Amino acid sequence: MNRHLISAADLSLDDAVAILDTAEELARLAERPIPKLPTLRGRTVVNLFYEDSTRTRISFEAAAKRLSADVINFSAKGSSVAKGESLKDTALTLQAMGADAVVIRHGGSGAPYQLTNWIAGSVVNAGDGTHEHPTQALLDAFTMRRRLGRLDGLRVAIVGDILHSRVARSNVWLLHTLGASVVLVAPPTLLPVAVGAWPCSVSYDLSAVLPQCDVVMMLRVQNERMTDAYFPSVREYSRRYGLDDERMGLLPAHAIVMHPGPMNRGVEITADVADSPRSTIVEQVTNGVSVRMAVLYLLLGGTEAR
Amino acid sequence: MSTSAETESDWVIRGASLTGGDPADITISGGLITAVGPAGTASQGRARVLDATGLIALPGLVDLHTHLREPGREDAETVATGTAAAALGGYTAVHAMANTDPVADTAGVVEQVWRLGQQAGRCDVWPVGAVTTGLGGTALAELGAMADSAARVRLFSDDGQCVADARLMRRALEYVKAFDGVVAQHAQEPRLTEGAQVNEGEISARLGLTGWPAVAEEAIIARDCLLAAHVGSALHVCHVSTAGSVEILRWAKAKGWRVTAEVTPHHLLLTDELATGYDPVFKVNPPLRTAADVAALREGLADGTIDCVATDHAPHPAEAKQTEWGEAAFGMTGLETALRVVQQAMVDTGLLDWAGVADRMSLRPAVIGRLRDRGPGAADTRQGGPVAVGYPANLVLYDPAPGLPVDTGTHASRSRNSPYAGMKLPGQVIATFLRGTPTVLAGRLVR
Repeated sequence: MNRHLISAADLSLDDAVAILDTAEELARLAERPIPKLPTLRGRTVVNLFYEDSTRTRISFEAAAKRLSADVINFSAKGSSVAKGESLKDTALTLQAMGADAVVIRHGGSGAPYQLTNWIAGSVVNAGDGTHEHPTQALLDAFTMRRRLGRLDGLRVAIVGDILHSRVARSNVWLLHTLGASVVLVAPPTLLPVAVGAWPCSVSYDLSAVLPQCDVVMMLRVQNERMTDAYFPSVREYSRRYGLDDERMGLLPAHAIVMHPGPMNRGVEITADVADSPRSTIVEQVTNGVSVRMAVLYLLLGGTEAR
Repeated sequence: MSTSAETESDWVIRGASLTGGDPADITISGGLITAVGPAGTASQGRARVLDATGLIALPGLVDLHTHLREPGREDAETVATGTAAAALGGYTAVHAMANTDPVADTAGVVEQVWRLGQQAGRCDVWPVGAVTTGLGGTALAELGAMADSAARVRLFSDDGQCVADARLMRRALEYVKAFDGVVAQHAQEPRLTEGAQVNEGEISARLGLTGWPAVAEEAIIARDCLLAAHVGSALHVCHVSTAGSVEILRWAKAKGWRVTAEVTPHHLLLTDELATGYDPVFKVNPPLRTAADVAALREGLADGTIDCVATDHAPHPAEAKQTEWGEAAFGMTGLETALRVVQQAMVDTGLLDWAGVADRMSLRPAVIGRLRDRGPGAADTRQGGPVAVGYPANLVLYDPAPGLPVDTGTHASRSRNSPYAGMKLPGQVIATFLRGTPTVLAGRLVR
């Protein structure tokens, strides 16, 4: 595996399967009375969060702590970053403090990639702008495999704002690597113009796609898109691309419903769907810790403490 | 101006290949070319001799599009450092863009820039005047006052910003007819490019960076060609970057309309694939496009659809580039590498010969910039060649043989944001003469 995890596209099939298998073993650990391993004792993991994301930060923090790493949370608010310190200077500071891994969430696409130029330790992308969110895709794949028993040949629909979604990008690359077939469903305004170059198919009709799906993944519609002419109104979006109880009935009996959170209940997903037995939304959160443990374990575990 | 003996001498340049043709001796006296004859025939007299065997002699290059940053951003470039960079690149005249601070939208500012150029002395500096006050896009700047000033402005541009208002663009095109001016448009439909970072296509989709669609350039070019035709005015299109733009220009020229265009060296060589490393040194506006666009631009420059090469030399301090892509400044330096890039993209590919390079990098830009007449002062400020008796001795001697990596450590520009750093490029500028005075000798600045 690479020293960093920046893009799901960088993962080979062997890398991806190794992460999922390791996560499976680590998930069993959570069932023990003391769910903690000494693997990363003496290692420092910095959570460098330029965007508020309590759920992702807590998930990474829990993962690092269960592996006995020291965790430093560095949020942009109230720090030197808020006073205008550059990403480079922040990186050099973390480097000087001896960070073994930096988990970075940033509003700008590519910031984690740039960080690798300035940091000797591992960099884990915890979501960068509208680029990628590879650990989300890994935990999604992990959840699908647990629920459905396989990934190869699965038919997965990803529905919503593909254009601005880092979750969609990471899922497209990873699921392709793992042998699943992906169909993106969105209004044409919310698809990249060059989506034809991606290893997936595209549909504008959610109802037509659902009967052939093993998995349907609903994406959040960001508030700022609702007023920028991507679609006429939230109501129209919900009618055409939202998942309600009636549409859910079009899915095969075994199919599952996913959402990376946080949800806009009543916009892309109705409450009864979100809370139905098909929904894996809470499991995704649980699985997130196991998958992030696996990533930190595989990136840091094989090397000596500095 | 220097008064050293070296720079005041008359010169005999021996054995230079005239725009790629037969070797010749060029005699320079009193700032003019006084003789051109077969190699070995010039009499030396008291003149200094420069052995130019194996070198190509071209007329001094003329840039229509240079950001000298002074006044206002002297941390990025000054007129002195920018003209030094120009001389090292073989240029004898540059047009200084108007997006300074304060904006060059009054006679006072353009005269200031013009005087700074006179003092620097390494290269003629012709200020470009802003089209609209403060580049604001709402009211015409005092175009006539700038035209009548000592800076004799003929080229007007809001470069960096598009004159997006069609009515205002029409008025600007019409108004400058009174003094043979030309409006140089930065073609970028603003609403289609809000937050745009890279060419919209496969790369922007993969990188999650907001796309800058080709249509945002092409729609403005098409509109402006139609406007220029309607009012019978001269339009110049800055930094054409897409295959579609070339097609539109070809159509407009076929109609006989007064439309000219430039392409940058970087759009002739580099593609948006370079953005995949998120290194903002490759962030530029308009953005690097696809290989198909590069091919169309080369073809357009070769067949004359695109009139000339212009650098869009855009220096920025290190901190403006060593940052997140979305935060980083747009722009690349280019004066010191332009001729080498053009050799690689156009000459070594067989698309242009050296006479063609002289046309696209010296004569055409001089025509568009209205630099073919003698000028009002004592100096004969004609630019654009040819290398012939009676013309000002503006020359570049160029060795096409070396193929060394670009070393920005040797650059005279105050900034280091060259996309070619470390890249192997052919050729080297050996000497530059401005009206008979060498500004560069042996590849180094004189003085």
